[in-house]
Amino acid sequence: MQQEISFVEIAVIGGGPAGLCAALEAANAGARVILLDRQDRLGGQLIKQTHRFFGSRSHRASERGINIAAELTGQVISHPLIEALTGATVFGFYEDGVLGVEQEGRVFYLKPSRVIVATGASEKNLAFPNNDLPGIYGAGAVQTLVNVYGILPGKRVLMVGAGNIGVIVSYQLLQAGMEVAAIVEAAPRIGAYWVHAAKVRRAGVPIYTSHTIKRAYGEQEVEEAVIWQLDEQGQPVPGTEKDFAVDTICLSVGLSPLVELLAQAGCRLAYVPQLGGHVPLRDANLQTTVPGVYVAGDAAGVEEASAAMMEGALAGLHAAYSLGYGRAGYEDRRRELQHQLDSLRSGPVGEKIRTGLARVLAG
Amino acid sequence: MRIEQHPVLEFRRGKKIKFTFDGKEYVGYEGETIAAALHAAGIRVMRESPVLHRPRGLFCAIGNCSSCLMTVNGEPNVRICVEKLRPGMVVESQKGKGVVYAAGN
Repeated sequence: MQQEISFVEIAVIGGGPAGLCAALEAANAGARVILLDRQDRLGGQLIKQTHRFFGSRSHRASERGINIAAELTGQVISHPLIEALTGATVFGFYEDGVLGVEQEGRVFYLKPSRVIVATGASEKNLAFPNNDLPGIYGAGAVQTLVNVYGILPGKRVLMVGAGNIGVIVSYQLLQAGMEVAAIVEAAPRIGAYWVHAAKVRRAGVPIYTSHTIKRAYGEQEVEEAVIWQLDEQGQPVPGTEKDFAVDTICLSVGLSPLVELLAQAGCRLAYVPQLGGHVPLRDANLQTTVPGVYVAGDAAGVEEASAAMMEGALAGLHAAYSLGYGRAGYEDRRRELQHQLDSLRSGPVGEKIRTGLARVLAG
Repeated sequence: MRIEQHPVLEFRRGKKIKFTFDGKEYVGYEGETIAAALHAAGIRVMRESPVLHRPRGLFCAIGNCSSCLMTVNGEPNVRICVEKLRPGMVVESQKGKGVVYAAGN
């Protein structure tokens, strides 16, 4: 059987914030780009983010994720140097640098000169009895149902995790008409930005810090959740249990980078808890230990969408530069992007990320 | 349950589509996933786990976790969180691992 292998300049895998910006930056420098996304629609998880972003104007502060997705997607689709394929799953990254792609039952192969992996992350689960019952969702799953499809998963929810995602999703569920019974957070303090936490508190939602879920109850679906307090060592305190009659439990306990393709490509990975799990070692241009293979966005370490966009742009810029494109103005643009990224990660909020990055940055 | 009023978002739903779930007829909308249509109908149990026969539902909703595998038009192990609803689809709860290849067929 004959198989089709196409030679391409730059392949970007994943059309979320990092991938869209990588494709645009590389194409604006003059490189030809093929962008592959397994979903039917570009934008990644931005398409369900209805809240306004933080940061300075250059970080797209006060814009809603859904609008950023629409704008970037529009630029990508109309760019003459970018070919965007949706519904296209990259299922393999072979030793010779060939990518296997499936699109609507058709399989084809690409041999790119440069590959930018921007595959994002997957939601983490939490270990407790009955954590597999229907009615228990990742926070992002609930966001997809509610904000993309306009469907509520249930009537009353317990949110586990008071980081930005947990608190923002809680507020979005209130907006959409669900009752939020409580938010529990294992850490002694709320991780989310104060402005978000204040909104849910004003709406009367209790936030229990130093608490975690003990177990869920239900026959076929969730009917009840029990939480309990954690002591200073993080050990549960018997006798502190509280019951909630809920039909939905939402887990917002972090994300794991999706690095399968990078592992197949032979990139060296390191386990870095501050970045969410196994992530590839990389240089300041986001190039991994396999020359010509780049990483950007949550696959490089779980962060905010604004950081993903800057990383994508940096990776795209360098990938194009390494192929001889965008020589003029390269240094200025690189410095500008790096500066924006550094300022995003400055201060106490960025400390965890900085600690994590110190372990994976080489060269 | 479908959201009819929302302070930020406006949901533009496509054409109505009929499909069946475990033999019973339901209505969903063009452009939405099978998972979305089932949730709108209040159906959250999608399959039975193959070893301990526990109920399983949706977990990640973006095609990562494989919690929501169902049999669609006779094909097992379809990730219904990313598979779009189409007219006349026959959606069934999945029990066991499903037959993905049968010799001699």
